[in-house]
Amino acid sequence: MRAKDLVTTAISNTFRSKLRTTLTVLAIFVGAFTLTLTNAVGAGVSQYVDAQVGALGSPDVFIITQASDATTAGDGPVTYDPKSSASVSSQQGPPGTTTKALTDSDLTKIGETAGIVSVDPVRAVQPDYIEYGTGSQYEFSINATSAVTTADLTAGAQLDGGASDAQLVLPDTFVTPLGFASADDAVGASVSIGITDILGAKHTVQATIVGVSLESLLAAGAGANDALIAELADAQSGGIATAVTSYGVAVAHFDTTLSADAVTALKADLATQNYTARTIADQLGAVQTVINGIVGVLNAFAVIALIAAAFGIINTLLMSVQERTREIGLMKAMGMSSGKVYTLFSLEAVVIGFLGSAIGAGVAIGLGSALSAVLSQGLLSGLPGLNILLFEPASVAFVILLVMAIAFLSGTLPAQRAAKQNPIESLRYE
Amino acid sequence: MDSEWVIDAQGLEKSYGSGTSRFDALKGVSVQIAPGETVAIVGKSGSGKSTLMHLLALLDEPDKGSLQVAGTDAKSLSKRAVNELRNKEFGFVFQQFFLTPNRSVLDNVILPLKIAGIGVKERRGRGMEVLEQLELADKAGNKATTLSGGQKQRVVIGRALVNAPRVIFADEPTGNLDTATGAVVEDILFELNRSQGITLVIVTHDEELAARCDRQIFIRDGLVVSHAGPTHTGAHALHTPEALTTAGGAA
Repeated sequence: MRAKDLVTTAISNTFRSKLRTTLTVLAIFVGAFTLTLTNAVGAGVSQYVDAQVGALGSPDVFIITQASDATTAGDGPVTYDPKSSASVSSQQGPPGTTTKALTDSDLTKIGETAGIVSVDPVRAVQPDYIEYGTGSQYEFSINATSAVTTADLTAGAQLDGGASDAQLVLPDTFVTPLGFASADDAVGASVSIGITDILGAKHTVQATIVGVSLESLLAAGAGANDALIAELADAQSGGIATAVTSYGVAVAHFDTTLSADAVTALKADLATQNYTARTIADQLGAVQTVINGIVGVLNAFAVIALIAAAFGIINTLLMSVQERTREIGLMKAMGMSSGKVYTLFSLEAVVIGFLGSAIGAGVAIGLGSALSAVLSQGLLSGLPGLNILLFEPASVAFVILLVMAIAFLSGTLPAQRAAKQNPIESLRYE
Repeated sequence: MDSEWVIDAQGLEKSYGSGTSRFDALKGVSVQIAPGETVAIVGKSGSGKSTLMHLLALLDEPDKGSLQVAGTDAKSLSKRAVNELRNKEFGFVFQQFFLTPNRSVLDNVILPLKIAGIGVKERRGRGMEVLEQLELADKAGNKATTLSGGQKQRVVIGRALVNAPRVIFADEPTGNLDTATGAVVEDILFELNRSQGITLVIVTHDEELAARCDRQIFIRDGLVVSHAGPTHTGAHALHTPEALTTAGGAA
C-alpha cells in the first residue's frame, strides 16, 4: 500500500464509527483545549513580565544594597560607629527587616571594584503634585530608579540620562486629567511639579514631558531623568547639603562585555564586601519562577486529561481491531504486510489525535481570544498591556504535535494486536 | 511457462494446539495442482479441507511436508515474497463475503490493487473492467451492504479477479447462497477458468459443485481418502490415494 493510500484509508476508517470516534475525539479535545489555554496564559503572563523587566531597568545594572545584618538578632546590640552605622528605615528592604544605608565611602568602594563602570546613589524624592498650566493639581510620585529603566512607551521617547534639562515620562493615566487631548499631545509640554522641602517650604520645579508610558506593575510612578531628580532633590533638601549623606540603594552599571559567569563572580566579589548586588533579572527571577510554577501545574493537569484521553484512544482502537478482525484477516490474506497493518492502525490513532487536538486548539484560540478581550476591558483593566491569553503559533503547533505523539503511542498496543493477527484465525468461520 | 506453474504439495501435516487438546488437521497429504485445471477439495466439516486450502494458498505453514510453488520451495520465500505472491497470483473467495460495509462496491473490488500499491487511476480502470465483466458496473458506486447475496458474492469474485491471478481459491463459494444464485456464481467461476485459464481450487461439501470440477480430492480425518477425475469422460473414476501423485502430475 502506498503511503498516501494508507493515510486516506486511515482517515476514512476513523469516520466509520462516527459516534465512537466523536466521543474519543471529545476526550482529547478537553485535554488539548486545556493545554492550549494554559500555555497561552503562560505565554501571556511571561510577555507581560518581560515588558515589566524592561520597565525596571536595563540589563547592565546592579541594584546594590548593604547586605542585611542577619546576625544582629542573636548577637545583641551592635556598637554605634558614626562612620558606618547610618541606618535608613525599613522602606528599602523586605517588610520587617532593616536595611543599613550606603554611605559615600561605600559608593567609592563599590566604584573601585573591578568590573563596575559607574555607581550612582538612588535618591528618593517625594513630590506633592503635578500640574499642567492652570489646571487641577494631582498627587504624583516619581520612581527613583527610572533613570536606568526602559519605560513601556505609548508616545514620545525614553528619558535622556545625560541631558541637562529636566525630563519626565508621564504615566498615561495622567494624560486626560491634566488636560491633554492625547498622549502625543502631552509630549513636549512643560509641567510644574510641586514639592515640600524638609523645612516645610513649598517649591515648584518645571519639567518637560518627553514620553508617555503604560503604567507598570512593578515600577510605579513617573520617570524622571538625572537632571530632574537632582533638581527635585535639591529642592527637597531645602538647601541643606548635608541632609543626604546616606542612601538606601545605589545603582551600579557594570561592564556590558562581561559574560554571565563574570557577572556572577562580580556579584560574589561584592558580596564579600558585604553588599548585595542584584540584577533586574535576579529581582524578576523570583516572579518568573512563581509564574512558571503555576503554569507548570496547570499544564500538568492538562497532560493528566490527555493521558486519560489516551486510554480512550486505546479502548476505541481495541474495539475497532476487534470489530474489524475479519477485514484485517482479509487484507493480510490478500498480501498486506503486518507492518502496513500496524501503520494503518497507528495512523488511525494519529488521525483521532489530530482531530481532537486541532479542534481543541482551534476552539481554545477562538474562545480564549474573546475571553482575553473581555478580561482586558473588565477584570484586568488595572493591568494595562497585559494580554492574559497569548496564543503563539509555535506553542499551538507544539500542543497539536504532542497530542498526535500521545495518540500514536496509544495506538501502538491496538496496532500491534492488529498486526499480529493470523489471517486464518481471523477468517475462520464460526 | 504457464505449464510450469504448479503447486506441488508433498506429505503436508498440520496440527493445532498441544497436549490433550492437540488436533491433527492434516496427517500427510500430497496434492498437485496444475495450471488451468479445476480442483474440488471435498470433505465434511472438520475433515481438514480448509486447512489444506490454507496451506496451498500460503496462508499458513505446514508443520511437516514440503510445498513448492512454480518450482520454488515456499519455505525459502521471504515473508514479503509470500505476501506478494498471494497478492499478485492468488485470488480468494470465501463463504462469507468479508466486504467492507459502508464502502462502495468499487472500493471493495480494488482492495487488492490498493494493497499492491497501484495508482488510483489504474485501480479504477481495472476495477470498472472487472465489474463490467461481472455485470455490476451500474452498482460500482453503491454501498456494499445494499447488495443482494448473489451480487455480493459477485463483488467478492470481482475482488479475487482484479489482480488477474493465476489461481482462485474458493472456500465454500456458494455456501451462503440459494441454489439459483449459487448456480450463477458457479457459472461465473467456471467461465473464468475456461476463458482466462485461471486455475480454480474449490473447497466444498457440495457434491454437485464438486462434480463440475475436473478433479475431486476427498479428504477425511486429515487424509486423502480418494481421488476422482478427470471428468471429460463424464465418469468419476475412483483412484486410491497412492495413485494421486501420478494422476495429479499427469493433469
